[in-house]
Amino acid sequence: MARLTIDNLRKAFAGTVAVDDFSLDVADGELVCLLGPSGSGKSTVLRMIGGFEQPSSGAIRIDGQDVTRLSPERRPTGMVFQSHALWSHMNVFNNIAFGLKLRRLSRAEIRDKVEHALELVGLAGYGTRQTFQLSGGQQQRVALARSLVLEPKILLLDEPFASLDQHLRERLREEVRDIQQRLGITTLFVTHGQDEALAMADRIVVLRNGQCEQADAPDVVYRNPQTQFVAGFIGQMNFISASVEGGRFLHPDFMLPVNVPDGPAVLAVRPEALDLASAQADQGAIVLRSTDFGSHIMVDLQLRDGTRLKAMTAPDQRWQKRASVHLNVGQFALYRDNHLLTIGQPVGGSEQAPEVEPALSV
Amino acid sequence: MIAGFSTTSGRFDWTGFIFAILLAIVIAVPLLVVFTWAFTEVWRYPSVIPQKFGLRFWDQTLSRADVWEALSISLRLSATVTFLSALICLPAAYAFARMKFPGRDLFFLSFLASHAFPKFGLLVAIASIFLQLNLIATFWGVVLIQLVGTLMLMIWIPVAAFQAVDRRMEEAARDVGAGPLRVFWSITLPQAFPTIFAAVLLTFVSTFYETEGAWLIGAPQIRTMPVLMINFINNQVVIQYGAVLSVILWVPSFIALMFARRVIGTGAFAKGFGA
Repeated sequence: MARLTIDNLRKAFAGTVAVDDFSLDVADGELVCLLGPSGSGKSTVLRMIGGFEQPSSGAIRIDGQDVTRLSPERRPTGMVFQSHALWSHMNVFNNIAFGLKLRRLSRAEIRDKVEHALELVGLAGYGTRQTFQLSGGQQQRVALARSLVLEPKILLLDEPFASLDQHLRERLREEVRDIQQRLGITTLFVTHGQDEALAMADRIVVLRNGQCEQADAPDVVYRNPQTQFVAGFIGQMNFISASVEGGRFLHPDFMLPVNVPDGPAVLAVRPEALDLASAQADQGAIVLRSTDFGSHIMVDLQLRDGTRLKAMTAPDQRWQKRASVHLNVGQFALYRDNHLLTIGQPVGGSEQAPEVEPALSV
Repeated sequence: MIAGFSTTSGRFDWTGFIFAILLAIVIAVPLLVVFTWAFTEVWRYPSVIPQKFGLRFWDQTLSRADVWEALSISLRLSATVTFLSALICLPAAYAFARMKFPGRDLFFLSFLASHAFPKFGLLVAIASIFLQLNLIATFWGVVLIQLVGTLMLMIWIPVAAFQAVDRRMEEAARDVGAGPLRVFWSITLPQAFPTIFAAVLLTFVSTFYETEGAWLIGAPQIRTMPVLMINFINNQVVIQYGAVLSVILWVPSFIALMFARRVIGTGAFAKGFGA
């Protein structure tokens, strides 16, 4: 039904570039998350699609139709704002009905559609309430209903759950995902919460400084981060800086055979890809702290050069504070200047990941 | 124990209580005295309450044609000035609040200028100009002079009101298909309404009681209620005339306030005044 194409979008505000050469293709019915830290330009992209900001250059097409210069009221997009932006001088019914009234629908038709929309977001019977009588979550549902009732081609969500508490946020994002699937509506979702992106998106677009760092399915973004920034932004990640010489990643505590050109490099390892083994005192890394999360234990470690690491271990493994441990690295990635050099298991190994030799034994 | 008085804090709020008492004394006592005088026929010194109540002075005041004429002029003047002021100031206030144009800040501050100088000097200067334009002692001359006095209030308060309207609300309205004019009419104006209404009301009341301009420009043909009252007080030392006129003068503002409460509710009304 609705396909969104963004070509070389650029937006500069008084000298600073907010969005730089951003391109994206969103397929019909796809839910794409724009993920990035604040100031990454993700909201600006969304606001340009909604028509609230004019791009400096580039084009936005919906189903092939160029909407780049259309005003917001002429675009087939529906936006849900972070602050929900309900009109406080109207009750719930009138908030949802406003857009329908502008379209000059009959009274009966409006009533049917509003009731249907309220049902869709689980607020049947709330029409006569005033907006300030609703909780934060309910207000956001009304805002969602207000957009959905007009059957937009593209649904735009601008950090819609940011003002809600954790528990409600998790419930609401499941509901939104559910509604989006049922309606099959093409959706763009802006968030700075990686768990939200991982839980909801068909595809995650990671933005930094107005540029796209990576656009892939959640599992790909998590397992094959193409830049060091993405590796650090999504999920927990340990970074160890050192240099590669003669096919080996050399760190005072830590050595790993790798097949990349010589030079400085950053090794990235997920906490769950680090295995710990007891070592003799004064060898390897030192345990700073271990935190029991029930399903797993998170061990904070310090290498001798001061680098801090996190390792995820099984709940039956107990690590004493100040104990010395060897690290076994599973899957890792190597970056240089933010770009991926290589990704994979330690080379030269067999099925099981080889133990990383402590520097002392080199 | 005094704990019985407590609502939330657990201690009786003495500061608030003292403020309430002080306010009551400052506001209520003079009102009470004026009211009493208005219905008094005889009240001589040592007595705390009047010796004789009655409506004699009401009869005398209300039977005077000049009182009725002044009341009519005052109401027409205030209505005209308020209407024109709103017509000029509200669009300007919206422009100040939402648009960027060269000289915006300077222009905005210039509305303060009319209040930054001794008012009487300004009035005399304007009066000399009006004299050449044959506006002295005409209805529209007084309208113009009073209009100048209302500009600041009618610009500054609505600017704050428009600025306080959440931009996202307007954007959300654009998003569901409303054009800019429709957004203003259906979203911005209703959102700013309580505050703007307060400004309109203040303008009406302050125009109704405005004296210097009305006297300097309007005299002798255009006599408003406050001007008439000054005449009464200057010419005859009968306290009751002043008191009766005060009560009559007080009625329009009281009605306006009651009306305001009915229309927008106390909470929003207080918010409009910045509470």
